[in-house]
This record gives sequence, C-alpha cells and structure tokens, in this order.
Amino acid sequence: MNKSELPDPFEQARVESGVGYMNDQDDPVQILLRLKDVRKSAHNWKTFQSGAKPGRIVVPSEVNIRETRQIPFEVDPPEHGGFRKLLDPWFKRPLNDDYQQKLQAQIDELLDEVLNKDSVETVSEFSLKLQSRALTLLLNTPYEESEVWIGWGTHVFRSEGVALDGDKANILYDYIDEQIERAAAKPGDDLYSVLLNSEVNGKKLTKEEVKGVMILTFAGGRDTVINAVTNSIAYFGEHPESLARLKAEPEITGKAVEELIRYFAPLTHMGRVATQDTQVCEHAVKADTRVSLCWASANRDASVFEKPNEVVLDRKVNPHISFGFGTHNCLGATHARTIMNLLLKSLAQKVSSIEILECKENIEDLEQFKRKVGFDSLTVKFKNA
Amino acid sequence: MAKVTFITADDEQITLEGDSGSVMELAVQNDVAGIDGDCGGVCSCATCHVHVAPEHLAKVGSASEIEQDMLELDDNANEYSRLCCQIELNEQIDGVILRVAQ
Ligand code: HEM
Ligand code: HEM
Ligand code: FES
Repeated sequence: MNKSELPDPFEQARVESGVGYMNDQDDPVQILLRLKDVRKSAHNWKTFQSGAKPGRIVVPSEVNIRETRQIPFEVDPPEHGGFRKLLDPWFKRPLNDDYQQKLQAQIDELLDEVLNKDSVETVSEFSLKLQSRALTLLLNTPYEESEVWIGWGTHVFRSEGVALDGDKANILYDYIDEQIERAAAKPGDDLYSVLLNSEVNGKKLTKEEVKGVMILTFAGGRDTVINAVTNSIAYFGEHPESLARLKAEPEITGKAVEELIRYFAPLTHMGRVATQDTQVCEHAVKADTRVSLCWASANRDASVFEKPNEVVLDRKVNPHISFGFGTHNCLGATHARTIMNLLLKSLAQKVSSIEILECKENIEDLEQFKRKVGFDSLTVKFKNA
Repeated sequence: MAKVTFITADDEQITLEGDSGSVMELAVQNDVAGIDGDCGGVCSCATCHVHVAPEHLAKVGSASEIEQDMLELDDNANEYSRLCCQIELNEQIDGVILRVAQ
C-alpha cells in the first residue's frame, strides 16, 4: 500500500536550515524550501530574476544546450506582462463548454481503450496519449498531430541514461520551426498563426519569439501533465475508497484535483538568478548566483498544511504552489486543472478498481535530495464499473 | 438568502443573490469580471480578491492567517482585502458591497 506514496525528502533540511544546496555543473543553487520564503522570493522578481541567460534558471542548467529564450518563462516584467496579456485569454479557453466536451470525449475514448485490457503501461499507453491529444485542443491544431508527438516518446529531451541531450531537443526545435513556416505560409486558427499575427509591447512577434512560446507549451506541459496523470492512476489504484467517494460526492472533485496536485507537485523546483546581494531566511545570497524555488518542499510545509504527507481528498484550505506563485504562475494551469477534473470524473464513473501490477519509480536527483516525482513505468489493470 | 453587490474595475455594479457555497462561487457562476476563482476556492490562487466596503468589514469578518499570508504579497491588497472564496455565503453577510480588486 505504498507504491503511490511520494515521500518528502526535504523535511529535515526545511525545518533545520530552510535551504538545500546543489552544485549543478559548478553554477551552484541554493534551494529554498519553506512555503513563505518560496512565495516571497517568487513575488520579488526584481531581486530574483527569470530573464537571465537562456537555460540558466532551469535546474539542471541548460545554458550549454540551447540559446532560444523561452517566453514568457525567461522574461521579466515589464516585458513579461505584455506577453501574458496576449497569452492569458488563449490559455483560458479550457473553461469553454465546447473545449471541455471535446476533452471529455478524448478522455472517455482513451479510457474505453484501456478498460479490461489485461495490462496497460500507464505512462506510454495512457498518460502520454492523453497529454498529447489534449494538447491539440490547447494549440487548436489537428488531432492527428498528436500521433507525431506520441511518437517522440516520453522524453523529448532525454536519451537513455543522459540527462541533457542537445541532439534530442533538436527534434522538437526542428518540428516547431517547420510548423512556424507552415503557419506563416498558410495562416490558420492555431496558436502558431495567432502568435505570428500578434503584437506585444508595440512590436510584431518575431519567429524566434513565437518559437520561444511554442517550445514552452511542449516542454512545460509535457512531463508535468504526464506525471500528474500517472500519479493519479497509482493513487486510485491504492485508494479505491477515494474513487468511490468521488463517485458518491462529485462536488468535491475540484478540491481533490487541487489536493492531488499539491501532493504530487509535478514540477519540483525552478531557479532564479539574484540581481543583487540579498538574503533568504538568514542565508546570504550573492549577486549573480542562483536560488531555486522548491514548490515540492513548500507544499509539505507543516507550518501551513495539517497532515502534509497525507492526501486529504477534500482539503478545504490548500494554499499549495504546485503551479508556482506570482508573476510566472503557470500559464497552462487552466488546461492542466481541466484535464485532471474531467479525468477524475470519468475514472469515478467508469472504473471500479485499478490493480497495480508492476512499477518503476522515477527518482529525481537533486544531489542532497533524491525525490520521487512519479514513475518511469506503471503497469496496471483497469476494471470497469 | 443573501444579497451581495460586486463593483467591478470598470465601475459596473452587479447585485446577486444566493444561499450556499462561497461568495467566489456566486461571482464565477454569474461571470463577474475580475473574479476568476482558478483554484476552485481552496485559497491557493488569489484570483478572487475583493475589497470589502469599510462599513461591512465587521459583518464579513477578517482573513485567516493563511489568507493574510496570500494577500500580503498582492500588490492591490489593503486593510479591506479578502479572498472571497473564503467568505461563506449566508444571511449574516446580506447586503454587503465588495469591490473587485483586479
Ligand atoms: C500539472 C501540470 C503543470 C504543473 C504542475 C506546472 C507547473 C508550473 C510551475 C511551477 C510554473 C512556474 C515556473 C516559475 O515560476 O519559474 C509553471 C510555469 C509555466 N507553465 Fe506550467 N505546469 C503544468 C502544466 C503546464 C501546461 C499544460 C502548460 C502549457 C501547455 C504549461 C506552461 C507553462 C508556462 C508557459 C509557464 C511560464 C509562465 C510564465 O513565465 O509567465 N504548464 N508551470
Ligand atoms: C526548452 C525548454 C526545456 C528543455 C529543453 C527541458 C529539458 C528537460 C530535460 C532534459 C529533462 C530531463 C531531466 C533529467 O532527467 O534529469 C526535463 C525534465 C523535466 N522538465 Fe523540462 N525542459 C524545458 C522546459 C521545462 C519547463 C518550462 C517546465 C515546467 C514549467 C519543465 C518541466 C519539466 C519536468 C517536470 C521534468 C521532470 C520530468 C521527469 O523526470 O519525469 N521543463 N526537462
Ligand atoms: S479562488 Fe483561488 S484563492 Fe480564492
């Protein structure tokens, strides 16, 4: 009964010192672990900037494998605000009824495919497909494109045993370049075309900027959603009572989504570069060094959350920061929440139990900490209701 | 039944009625501009920020510590700020006026 658990490796360091340390390719990172410190630092974009050299705020650092600046992720205010003003309405479309109906149909179709099969490898046969198909709705591209993305496998950037693989990342960059050229030659109503025809901060977006936005919808929305979905399947596998409760009380689904996302924290942390000498909870931070905002640790902070290491399905006050906080809060959150909401409702309706047959954990290596973020593979059998 | 009046950023006044759930839910169901309620009401997103009319603050009550910690980092926050997902919709708050902060 503990395959679905995600232990909190940060507790001792969070309580005792408030920060962790990671050397990461000799560009060290102080990992901020307490909820209040993480929120304050995320809010304070002047001191903790995102608009550093492209790739530097990502941990492990990607400065050696890419030059494209990700937008709006690696842009600071005030330019950042102009981009969000353009992008926010588009990324709120998941609230529309017709979007939800299409997404619901995708989820139900996929569930019907896997129900009662003898065994299903969740990551590749369920989560990756769900994430890729749903992304066609978010980008407003043809459904068939999802076949291409599914074909890339789960790790677009990663080869077996190699954390950072520049060649592999090129598959995605080349694909996006092609799509931008296609949209430029023959505009449609997908996100590429919309961006190519848009102005931000008084200037038309360049192709390089469009690429910077599009790459992020693939990079930021892929592993995160796949982990959230896979971890949910594992959780319900070990907690059939929660599935039954969602069926009996569908009105708590929204709270359950927030609680699962708090507990899973699919994105562990994200970096910032200090623009001046400063300090966080009495630890000195030198100008031009890195800190990271550890969402996963903050979400288990016992000074804020009661029973932080338990999934309390209807947790009422839940100030988690799995989607970040402040300026750079997750642009894809509405999409991700909608996926989770509809998935939970469909699981509750269609599935009576999920048996976990085999699993291989995915452990993220933060040097001082080893964190389970989810699964490399999770083989299950779904039984219908 | 409780009546709640919202004043949006462009000074539109909307009076709504309800008897259960949270004030945020009432606003979202009726598309009050500036109240998004992204997190569904669990005090995690701060997209339901309102300023309570000073004379109604006593009726509505003050923010919990967790809510205050969220508001502290909101640039539009003042002493009348509340996250309205944390205000229960019941007779006690009948007649309150809330100014949408966004
Ligand atoms: C459960 C799923 C997801 C989680 C947990 C998650 C988490 C996060 C977090 C923590 C941040 C803040 C990063 C920072 O402050 O530096 C963020 C930002 C972002 N996310 Fe997500 N994300 C998810 C899904 C998505 C999806 C589906 C997309 C788009 C397809 C997306 C696109 C973005 C973008 C563009 C940003 C940068 C926003 C900005 O800089 O203004 N995310 N996400
Ligand atoms: C072009 C931009 C990006 C590139 C090239 C990139 C590259 C990578 C690479 C190489 C890994 C594997 C790391 C490892 O195994 O040690 C990874 C993992 C991950 N990335 Fe990104 N990343 C990008 C942007 C983002 C953004 C913006 C987010 C979220 C907002 C994000 C979320 C994640 C998550 C959650 C994982 C962990 C996946 C797992 O281990 O299951 N990525 N990324
Ligand atoms: S609705 Fe998210 S904090 Fe109120």
